[in-house]
Amino acid sequence: MAPKKGHLPLLFFPASGEVLPEPLGTVLIFSSWNFPISLALDPVIGAVAAGNTVVLKPSELAPACSSFLAETLPRYLDNRAVKVVTGGPNLGEQLLEQKWDKIFFTGSPQVGRIVMSAAARHLTPVTLELGGKCPTIVDTLSSTSEIKITVKRIAGGKWGPCSGQACIGIDYLLVEKKFCTMLVDLLMKTIRRFYGEGAKNMKNMCKIINKHQFERLQNLLKDPAVAASIVYGGSVDEERLLIEPTILLDPPLDAEIMTEEIFGPLLPIITLNNIQESIEFINARPKPLAMYVFTKDESFKQQLLQETSSGSVTFNDVMVQFICDSLPFGGVGQSGFGRYHGKYSFDAFSHEKAVMRRGFFPEIEPRYPPWNDFKLKFIRLAYNFDYLGLLLLMLGLKRN
Amino acid sequence: MGGEKEETSSKPAFDVGAASELVGKLRGAFASGKTRSYQWRESQLKGLLKMTEEHEQEIADALHSDLAKPELESYIYEAAMLKNSCRLALKELKRWMVPEKAKTSLTTFPSSAEIVPEPLGVVLIISAWNYPYLLSLDPVVGAIAAGNALVLKPSEIAPATSSLLAKLMGEYLDTSCIRVVEGAVPETTALLEQKWDKIFYTGNGKIGRIIMAAAAKHLTPVALELGGKSPVVVDSGIDLKVSCRRIIAGKWGCNNGQACISPDYVITTREHAPKVVDALKQELEKFYGKNPLESKDLSRIVNSNHFFRLSKLLDDDKVSGKVVHGGEKDQSKLRIAPTLLLDVPRDALIMQEEIFGPLLPILTVDKIEDSFDVINSGMKPLAAYLFTNNKKLREEFVMSVSAGGLVVNDTTVHLAILSLPFGGVGESGIGAYHGKFSFDAFSHKKAVVYRGFMGDAAIRYPPYTKMKLRLLKALITGNFFAIIRAIFGLSKD
Repeated sequence: MAPKKGHLPLLFFPASGEVLPEPLGTVLIFSSWNFPISLALDPVIGAVAAGNTVVLKPSELAPACSSFLAETLPRYLDNRAVKVVTGGPNLGEQLLEQKWDKIFFTGSPQVGRIVMSAAARHLTPVTLELGGKCPTIVDTLSSTSEIKITVKRIAGGKWGPCSGQACIGIDYLLVEKKFCTMLVDLLMKTIRRFYGEGAKNMKNMCKIINKHQFERLQNLLKDPAVAASIVYGGSVDEERLLIEPTILLDPPLDAEIMTEEIFGPLLPIITLNNIQESIEFINARPKPLAMYVFTKDESFKQQLLQETSSGSVTFNDVMVQFICDSLPFGGVGQSGFGRYHGKYSFDAFSHEKAVMRRGFFPEIEPRYPPWNDFKLKFIRLAYNFDYLGLLLLMLGLKRN
Repeated sequence: MGGEKEETSSKPAFDVGAASELVGKLRGAFASGKTRSYQWRESQLKGLLKMTEEHEQEIADALHSDLAKPELESYIYEAAMLKNSCRLALKELKRWMVPEKAKTSLTTFPSSAEIVPEPLGVVLIISAWNYPYLLSLDPVVGAIAAGNALVLKPSEIAPATSSLLAKLMGEYLDTSCIRVVEGAVPETTALLEQKWDKIFYTGNGKIGRIIMAAAAKHLTPVALELGGKSPVVVDSGIDLKVSCRRIIAGKWGCNNGQACISPDYVITTREHAPKVVDALKQELEKFYGKNPLESKDLSRIVNSNHFFRLSKLLDDDKVSGKVVHGGEKDQSKLRIAPTLLLDVPRDALIMQEEIFGPLLPILTVDKIEDSFDVINSGMKPLAAYLFTNNKKLREEFVMSVSAGGLVVNDTTVHLAILSLPFGGVGESGIGAYHGKFSFDAFSHKKAVVYRGFMGDAAIRYPPYTKMKLRLLKALITGNFFAIIRAIFGLSKD
């Protein structure tokens, strides 16, 4: 909360400049259903740290967590300053009609547009934490142990977090054809070990949040060309809303499973002749929230960093950027704008106010009209920080 | 082809098709990687600098044509500030482009992390008419420094500067990546339909809303540099002469009050007000003479629309009898004399909107501390000013008044401090720029984590056991003893 000092040119001496963070005022936070506790409270932490009053509207699609927050938060926080409101889209619309000093939204791009349009009416700044299709590039590796670790990380990172219903979850893989078979074999073994086999016997996985999402995911597989590309899994348990980890090999690129964010336990694998092609593949699509790359090729790493854009990049692992509080967490392009986590959360809910203090003495006459040649020369030299020139001018020794 | 003015039906208008084609070309240029190299950015910044230096007289002439802007103002506020902006960017660019190291924690050990700045892509800059050279090119400096391709749409209300910019930028800069589109509402609308990676707008709140709504359709981030009613609180027990000179310099010395951070109105105590009025009158006469309508050191009102808008503020019944100085107008020359109004009611027209002209209302309060409530009861302005020697009052002002920026004992000068962010809050805007803030405004700061294959902890993976959960909890809290307990199975739960 301490102000940051700014550097002042000698021309304004004596003066001091600083940047003072101050709360924006009353802020609105919308959270999503997939990590309904952390994605609700993490922004609240930033808002409160920055000194704002807060209205939190958790997602109605995670009703147990939503009620929990509504009942429990008032027992621990200052009720006059932090409020939880529960409800569905109607409530959301009503909230959006109000004038807020900031709106923080986590969710889908479609709703993100609605939130930003509503905010525009009041010139309310927004942070939009959206999603996208997070690609995972798997370069051809030679060391067995490294391949094992890679596969474990992919298996853990895809289906572990909420069965793939995560904004930074792995959406699809990009692999060289020659490496694909080995990778898929090992992946299948690892999946069985971690999660069991078949939808009826699954363990360690979340269910799909509701029937609507369940049917959406099932529909992704209905396209015959897509169904034909399934090489593992595909079974479902409709009663318990479970879908088994499913791997698809080269589904058609224009199918919905490859054009929309999957947000579920289906993993398409796209094979390439050369891993370099992954750059063009990724750049032809909207900027994702995260990009994961398994490789030991240092120049490929730099090439990816320079030639692609995403919210974040993680090399040789998945998801971990989320727990690094010194890293900004946010998207770019279709995956959103603004960022938070750690100090970035404080900043997201602050206004950085510039403050300059001056004394009454000394006075610089040439600032004031009526203007003449001398004053003009003076100001020119002053703005060029040409102090010697200024001295000469004052002494009548400057020729120009 | 961009850059076509809206003319008679013989010339094709710059419509949505033309805008789409232009953006497509710029995306191609950006995708080629051209704008990302340090060399390209440096060359373009040098081009801007050279352009400003070699055409200073033409720039002053265009500004004089558009606004009757005095030469010194053209020099300080337009040319010199832009040159300083370029010079700072050239000096610091290498440093700005370097990734920033970030700390990593025990939970991701071993790993390293950094934050890599990258250009957003193709950006749109829409500028204003009051400082048409500076407000067009200052954001361009940021966009170029950050490595973007861009389209600049200067304001049509300053036509001489607009066409000068189109001409000069075509000559000095890389037109495959940097383009100027001139025009008015139709051309701007066509541009706003396109998908940009950022839109940077300088102007008023009404248009700002339209821009943000258009940006929302494509989830485009925006920076809006708007305005507001920037108040000046004048305490007693100060050097009144110096204070009034600084107020005058900030008000009439800045484009005759047509500046976003110009003092809009003064607040002082009832007791002190007559002294303030007298001091202002005295200094105004010293600066502009007995016939300010004839003074060459004042800009004119930009056009007849604004002239009539300002006249209406003076014709308002609620302010009749409140004019204590000035009030003269010359419609043929679009000039209004520096005008002081004392004790205007809060519901007068002149107190409802940003004045943006040479009229200065003076509000009075009982105690000087009351002025902060007056300010905070309105929309948050772009700037707020206080003249005082009272330390306590000064600190209360700084802590309790919310505005884009604050200056104590001067007006407008914070604009020149490039290490301070320049931007609004609330109605006065979103985002900030100047100096490194300009570079940041047009960059995406990409978080990058590097991990190796060593140190793979089984506790991350299923099957999840109580032991793994204990250890993970302990690791995340970083509590050394908890970690030991968890490893040795000594935890309580």
